[in-house]
Amino acid sequence: MTQGKVTYKTAEEVDFVIVGSGASGGVLAKELSTNGFRVVVLEQGPYLHEEDFTHDEIKIFNEHFLTNNPKTQPATFRKTPADTAKAQPCVMYGRCVGGSSVHFTANYWRLHDIDFHEHSKTGDIPGANCADWPITYADLEPYYTKVEWEVGVSGLAGASPFDPPRSKPYPMPPLPVKGCGVLFERGARKLGYHPYPAPMAILSKPRAGRSACDNCGFCLGFGCEIGAKSSSLASVIPLAEKTGRCEIRPNSYVHRIEMDKNGRAVGAVYFDAQRNAHLQRAKAVILAANGAETPRLLLLSTSSQFPNGLANSSGYVGRNLMPNSNVVACGIFDEPINDYKGFAVSRVMHDFYEVDPKLGFYGGGGLDARYDFTPVAFALNGLPPDTPKWGKEFKKALSQNFARTFEIFCHGTSLPVESNGFSLDPDVKDAWGLPALRLTFRDHPNDLKMTEWMRDRALEIFDAAGAKTKWSNPVTEQQFVVHLLGTCRMGNDAKSSVINADHRTHDVKNLFLCDGSSMVTSGRGQPTMTIQALAYRAADRITALAKRGEISA
Amino acid sequence: MNSSQSARRDFLQLLGGTAGAAWLSAQWPGVLVAAQHAHNAVKAKQPAAFEVLTADQARELDALTACLIPTDDSPGAREAGVVYFLDRALKTFAAEDLPTYKKGLDAVQQFTGELFPGVPRFSAANPEQQIKILTELTADSDLQKGVPRRGLPPGTTDFIQTLRFQTIIGFLVDPSGGGNREFAGWKAIGRDPAYSFTAPFGFYDKDYPGWQAAPGGTEKK
Repeated sequence: MTQGKVTYKTAEEVDFVIVGSGASGGVLAKELSTNGFRVVVLEQGPYLHEEDFTHDEIKIFNEHFLTNNPKTQPATFRKTPADTAKAQPCVMYGRCVGGSSVHFTANYWRLHDIDFHEHSKTGDIPGANCADWPITYADLEPYYTKVEWEVGVSGLAGASPFDPPRSKPYPMPPLPVKGCGVLFERGARKLGYHPYPAPMAILSKPRAGRSACDNCGFCLGFGCEIGAKSSSLASVIPLAEKTGRCEIRPNSYVHRIEMDKNGRAVGAVYFDAQRNAHLQRAKAVILAANGAETPRLLLLSTSSQFPNGLANSSGYVGRNLMPNSNVVACGIFDEPINDYKGFAVSRVMHDFYEVDPKLGFYGGGGLDARYDFTPVAFALNGLPPDTPKWGKEFKKALSQNFARTFEIFCHGTSLPVESNGFSLDPDVKDAWGLPALRLTFRDHPNDLKMTEWMRDRALEIFDAAGAKTKWSNPVTEQQFVVHLLGTCRMGNDAKSSVINADHRTHDVKNLFLCDGSSMVTSGRGQPTMTIQALAYRAADRITALAKRGEISA
Repeated sequence: MNSSQSARRDFLQLLGGTAGAAWLSAQWPGVLVAAQHAHNAVKAKQPAAFEVLTADQARELDALTACLIPTDDSPGAREAGVVYFLDRALKTFAAEDLPTYKKGLDAVQQFTGELFPGVPRFSAANPEQQIKILTELTADSDLQKGVPRRGLPPGTTDFIQTLRFQTIIGFLVDPSGGGNREFAGWKAIGRDPAYSFTAPFGFYDKDYPGWQAAPGGTEKK
């Protein structure tokens, strides 16, 4: 990939500077550089490659090899604005080239039509700040298809009767079924549900010079050593670099968007690895830094012109965080399932995508059959709660259950609550002296109720599948978030949204935002597919604006 | 601890919830050095000399970890070389736990003598006595979801919890992480030490006939 690699000087005004190289930043970089623009991507984290990835759980989980490190980048948490936030690990995101797509599970669900106009259908919900999207499923469908074919998604079109319309089948068949998938299918079908092969951004066949999955079993949390997981790093970033117009600049921690007197962005200011500050000049700035760091960066970029933060005339920057509700149930079976082999998820069920309002709550969810425990994680969290914690019986439970357990993961709607979100902590600073992220979050009671209901359905499926034992975590309020959605929402009304349908901020003509923060609703739990479809669409819109001369005017 | 923090999305939960998270986030970066050392030590024909632990402490920790994860018809903590992992941990990433270990080992010794007069230390107790001692030490403690029992020597509960957590890691971590000597831990729990597998993976998928739409059609309910 060295062919065509380019570097730009910071003083050179490129066409676009993109902050973040993850799911959306990678796609934007590839699309815009392919369309002829000169692009610099500034990434906080290092540029790792397949040979750098490891199965060493200590390095991954302890050293935060692929993710933000709470030690150098502390965050604080509080439940409500009335509370004082305390420092605790409460948010996680990928911090390397490729972002969270390097370590993710790779569930690739499309949103459904309902997700775009649910507010109109449901009406106002007390305590929630719902809105419709300014775009529809039909607007996004071609881009979902593009993700599947270009990034690389395995799946089976038509297998779920609840799937929204699609213009093309998947480019690859689903990954091989796992034992959890067989058992989930057995149980769910007995109850009249419609499980189907999980759509996964993992290659089931070799494709575009990348290998098919070899089922090593170290997937969630780990980088793929053979490029089978369709991270931005493995899929679109090499294509961006190949254009000869895109520079990926790692170890570049952007902390301010520089503005001129006319209210135009002139570039992004970042610390390099030696903590020297630089300004990368650009005709336009695109933030794809994730739903925590994008609003943080806007809030850090205050000026006399923008005293409440950049692009924040609505006051919506950082608000309405929707991390998706979730809970896990586990079942133990008589024979070895050996689900530790392979990728995590095998089957999904969307029968509850739109639950009956008569149940007394709003939204819906999806269930999946999976196994995502490493051996250490299983010993710490995978056994029924009443298992002895040491000694002969502990070891016996480990040896009997490690290979005979699988999980049903329940994912669902998070309603937007205006006070939920990210702001700057007034006291705590990171290792660079910048204000730390402060998370304010309390689940809407609706979401907890719905999650409980789904958890009960998961336990019924275990029974129907013939589980010997089943158990689940209790549903409790979340204090640790990973799906960072809705914090700079898209909308037509500049008073109640941060960006328009072109991903352009209402307040700054040459500043665009595109990542999980753009989402108006949370969907039912797997946002990366939508974040990438939005990025493909945004690239088209931004290209059209640039070609009409409507950005650099 | 917030147990809705999901295994899917929360690395911290993956490694043991809030207590684990605090431990983990406090240890970087020395853990890698420790892991490498333990890895080398357990691979060496002659065990490396202990760097932090005295011979007495090492002997007691060996007995304690072997009681937490015993050797039976499959390998236990002893075969996985956990005590070497702990020694290096206490020199590097877990150095701040050393006082907890020292205090805890003293407390265990004291408690052993109280429970079994004439038995000088945990490692000198017979297997039944060792189980009795650990049962007493963990009864009503956080390990059993309760509160520390009155009358235990101070520091015992913290020590036992820390030791359990670090013993599990030393037993089951991928050998690239320095524990789990010769995949001893994985053998014990039935994790095939290979890194590449082909379907079918287990009992339930071996006769799977291939995907078929649900009988009676796939119309929405």
